Amino acid sequence: MLPDKSGHFGHYGGRYVPETLMPALLELEREYNKAKKDPSFRKELAYYLANYVGRPTPLFFAARLTKKLGGAKIYLKREDLAHTGAHKINNALAQALLAVRIGKKRIIAETGAGQHGVATATAAALLGLECEVYMGTEDIRRQALNVFRMKLLGARVVPVGIGSRTLKDAISEALRDWTTNVRTTHYIMGTVFGPHPYPAMVRDFQSVIGKEARGQILKAEGKLPDMLIACVGGGSNAMGLFFRFLKDDIKMVGVEAGGMGIKSGRHAARFAGGSLGVLQGTKSWLLQDDEGQILETHSVSAGLDYASVGPEHSFYRDRGRIEYTYATDDEALAAFDLLSQTEGIIPALESSHAIAEAVKRAPRMKKSQVIIVNLSGRGDKDVNQVAEMRGVRL
Amino acid sequence: MSRIETKLAELKKKGRAAFIPYVMAGDPDIETTGKIVLELEKSGADIIELGVPFSDPLADGPTIQRAAIRALKQKANLRKIFALVREIRKASEIPIILMLYYNLIHKYGEERFADDSAKAGVDGFIVPDLPPEEGKSLAEHCKRRGLDLIFLLAPTSDNDRIKLVAKSGGGFIYYVSLTGVTGARASIASGVDKAVKKIRRMSGRPVCVGFGISTPEQASEMAKIADGVIVGSAIVGKIEKAAGPDEAVAKAGKFARELKEGILRGGL
Repeated sequence: MLPDKSGHFGHYGGRYVPETLMPALLELEREYNKAKKDPSFRKELAYYLANYVGRPTPLFFAARLTKKLGGAKIYLKREDLAHTGAHKINNALAQALLAVRIGKKRIIAETGAGQHGVATATAAALLGLECEVYMGTEDIRRQALNVFRMKLLGARVVPVGIGSRTLKDAISEALRDWTTNVRTTHYIMGTVFGPHPYPAMVRDFQSVIGKEARGQILKAEGKLPDMLIACVGGGSNAMGLFFRFLKDDIKMVGVEAGGMGIKSGRHAARFAGGSLGVLQGTKSWLLQDDEGQILETHSVSAGLDYASVGPEHSFYRDRGRIEYTYATDDEALAAFDLLSQTEGIIPALESSHAIAEAVKRAPRMKKSQVIIVNLSGRGDKDVNQVAEMRGVRL
Repeated sequence: MSRIETKLAELKKKGRAAFIPYVMAGDPDIETTGKIVLELEKSGADIIELGVPFSDPLADGPTIQRAAIRALKQKANLRKIFALVREIRKASEIPIILMLYYNLIHKYGEERFADDSAKAGVDGFIVPDLPPEEGKSLAEHCKRRGLDLIFLLAPTSDNDRIKLVAKSGGGFIYYVSLTGVTGARASIASGVDKAVKKIRRMSGRPVCVGFGISTPEQASEMAKIADGVIVGSAIVGKIEKAAGPDEAVAKAGKFARELKEGILRGGL
């Protein structure tokens, strides 16, 4: 069972944090282990997932997209239809319930695209918790809609104007806040990253995606899929879809942000252009220079614009269990248009990277084969940014 | 005994706490850092803590974050900092501790890092994002070369953590005086006295206190209870405000003398 007791996935993962946080991480691990075995916690979480988040989310057969690509059948796992518009709520709500259980009344979070921030602000409002969300000023600029949503939900958005002013810097600032206020505060990390137990805990809370998809595809097709595709920033929607299928003979593809191309140096494809390192509490693949300084990243999608990747992804990459590739900004934007126009679904720019990969793969597969793409979020938040890129003033 | 441990033992005999100033290597530039270190020694420093700049210093507050950005602009890196320490060693035997984040060591290679540190004349390391659980192999490499890997304890540390850190690494135990990141504070957090006594009793090792100590008065207060007093952001702040390299050296020295006076008052 991974991770091991010290939070390692092979030689990845672990707990590289200031001593101040170690007791809180150990407490969180203990409390999480208790909660996941506690029927009352599971019942409470199941209640909110069904009646508040709107689970199960549908598994939708994308008939027109399938026909257009002329190959494998494409199913979309509609996480975009979960409350707040992305898979992030699965984890944020579960961790907020855990915080209540532990007795922490203040919640902090980091956000890139704003989806995790919105999900956390939502869960905090639902459960009556104080909430502050750290967000890079560059992301605040390109995700103005989500910033205002968080404010409407009663959260305080704290701008982070240092470094690359994106997700990485927001995480550092959230960790500094947590180091200062750890006695009263729970940090809801939004992805399968950071120090143990976050990668495992977030994975478990997101694994509901794959659990549902498995039952749904068996019902629809009478067999398991041939391929799963998901975008990978930190990697929580991908791990959420993949986890329950890891033991099956199914191909899995994680899609990183190729930005303006690997050669340009302006991307966030850690497996294509990175190396082993330690950042923000965990050991994993990392975009860094020869001296170990973290490189700035670029992606059209704020949610994938991050220098490292969840340690469990690194582990399964080494074993060859999950294949990783990337889609460029242009490919993702083309997929954004394609899905909007063939299926009437505007995908998040993050999820558009996964769609872009399906566009490449499906035509090379048999019509009898089945792909599930995780449609991790909806694209409303990206409409302004895409309009701006196309010179349209809204 | 290492050079750090020897120094602390000597001072203890005299009933004095060590004065341990921190500066960021490469701020305002590498050459000036060398001058600042020698000036700090002249002004009463017993041990020097030298920061190595990192792009994502998650245990540091704004003052040291800004210093790291300045040092990175000067292209300060481990290779240049080892060269700097070799230069300092021509003029001084003061114990030198590097404070740096683990990724820099990982990328350099733990063994090569320990080798090059020892060759340059570095005495020990503080790695704020490396708890003992993850630091076992580095601790081994250090031990074999007589280098001290210094672990930290914090106000949140319980008895289990104290026991773990007590048996890990070398040099001294770094007690983080407050629940938070580095940076000057208006007052010392309550309970430091009790915590330091407890850690010393449980570990039998010297305990130096840092984080948030920013005035001669606070240094004096800490010198009464700790084996060493670490001052970082307040000195880095003086260097930041200096108009040029010469003024940075002078200001750091002047402030260090004030801090030293405070420490001597506290220790007597």
